[in-house]
Amino acid sequence: MSDKIFICRCEDLTQEEIEQAIDEGYTTLEELKCKLRLGMGPCQGRGCLLLARRLLCQKTGKSTAEITLPPSRPPFIPVSLGTLASDKDE
Amino acid sequence: MNEIDHKADVVIIGGGVNGCSLAYQLAKRDMKVVLCEKGHLCSGATGRCGAGIRQQWSTRENTELAIKSIQIFERLEKELGLDIGLRQGGYLVVVHDESEMSHAKRNVDMQKALGLDVSILTPDEIGDVVPILDVKGMHAVGATFCPTDGHVDPFKTTHAYAQAAISHGAQLHKFTKVVGIKKEKNRIDSVLTDRGKISADFVVNAAGAWSKQIAEMVGVKLPNKPFRKEILVTERVKPLFDAMVISFKDGIYFSQQEEGQVLGGIPIPHEKPGYLTAPTFDFLHHMAKTLARYAPPLKHVNVIRQWTGYYDVTLDARPIIGEVEGVKGFIQCNGFSGHGFMLSPMVTKILTEYMVDRKTPRILERLNLSRFKGKKIVREISVVG
Ligand SMILES: Cc1cc2nc3c(=O)[nH]c(=O)nc-3n(C[C@H](O)[C@H](O)[C@H](O)COP(=O)(O)OP(=O)(O)OC[C@H]3O[C@@H](n4cnc5c(N)ncnc54)[C@H](O)[C@@H]3O)c2cc1C
Ligand code: FES
Repeated sequence: MSDKIFICRCEDLTQEEIEQAIDEGYTTLEELKCKLRLGMGPCQGRGCLLLARRLLCQKTGKSTAEITLPPSRPPFIPVSLGTLASDKDE
Repeated sequence: MNEIDHKADVVIIGGGVNGCSLAYQLAKRDMKVVLCEKGHLCSGATGRCGAGIRQQWSTRENTELAIKSIQIFERLEKELGLDIGLRQGGYLVVVHDESEMSHAKRNVDMQKALGLDVSILTPDEIGDVVPILDVKGMHAVGATFCPTDGHVDPFKTTHAYAQAAISHGAQLHKFTKVVGIKKEKNRIDSVLTDRGKISADFVVNAAGAWSKQIAEMVGVKLPNKPFRKEILVTERVKPLFDAMVISFKDGIYFSQQEEGQVLGGIPIPHEKPGYLTAPTFDFLHHMAKTLARYAPPLKHVNVIRQWTGYYDVTLDARPIIGEVEGVKGFIQCNGFSGHGFMLSPMVTKILTEYMVDRKTPRILERLNLSRFKGKKIVREISVVG
């Protein structure tokens, strides 16, 4: 087994990669999202954003309240294009 | 946060692709640059866009700018030594009827005369380029195709410019909001931010959909209007097609990204200008319906996210660039109307050469703010989204 710790499973991001980006100055969750695609997978960050926030707090000394979570974006569960395309009265 | 310098040659307002590209080029020419961004880099349209790059336009200005911009994108990874995610899978523009076809032919002639590799496809040939398309469902009578159009990663590109700018000595200040601009007689004096004042010879307004407010700080009126634009992305699927598919008539655009997700948008019917951010179900429904009609196999693919951004729209759908008459040192770099990513390399090069070498190519005159004063406006009609 490798000793890599995965923080974002959808986008394959390890704790080390996230810590490195924080060291490079990407010090908000929004910026980590832009830089690494953190939280952009099918689960929309449900699995990783809170863990990443904890890393941010540890590295920057900020409190959890100071680190806002990116807005959650609809649809809140994946929906097929076919379903979305159907008319309401069909 | 690092200290802000209070004197610069150029202050750039806005940390999107245009602001960051300009910061890099000016710093490389030994100008002292300070960039102010109210949020994080890419927090405006840049971080929300499709980042498609296309050379098939109806006006000469946009075609010329786009061709030269793509040539710059092609060398950029090497120049910066950093990945920008460039992929050239082409753009397929669907043509729906005879009248559109006659426009398409005229555009293709003009584009070819400018040296572009572009051709007209028959309905049968459409399937050779993008097999999942339904020619009948799209009501297509043909298409135009340019193989060197494509896509760039907006985050990678902007971060790469930013990194290169910093290594050439530029100062980039995120979470720093510009709150005022001071004039001294008819010239720019300084920029006021929430972290102090910076005096400068040039101030560049690259604030995207907020450029109008920035210009008002010195009493300059821009005709730009913000329009909400929506966009969605699906889960990742196996590689299905390389080209970006667009239609000027339906306004739709969609492509498959490197990681496998399909990304695209379409205008919401009856959208009014303004800063509305909430994503709508109307968009999802309209987009899904049109997409399923264009590419039926995509019906089974799941949408995972939708979001919004703004187009900064001008009357002729062309950008406003260059110095404002009557306010020396105040440079516009905005009004990109939905295609500011793909034009950024050339626009920022022209502005750099203006500020450093005082070069004024004709295109700079043609895209100056003064073009809206009592002259006939030639509108770019090849727009989507
Ligand atoms: C949904 C969508 C899809 C698009 N698709 C494409 C496409 O396929 N191809 C293409 O070429 N273009 C596309 N565009 C257009 C493209 O995104 C923009 O034209 C381009 O990103 C503009 O970049 P910019 O740097 O000029 O502005 P922006 O990226 O908007 O940056 C302006 C920055 O200024 C900052 N700012 C504003 N006010 C202040 C202030 N007072 N102080 C400090 N900072 C301030 C903002 O926070 C912002 O970050 C699309 C746009 C949208 C919305
Ligand atoms: S775990 Fe990060 S997006 Fe799903």
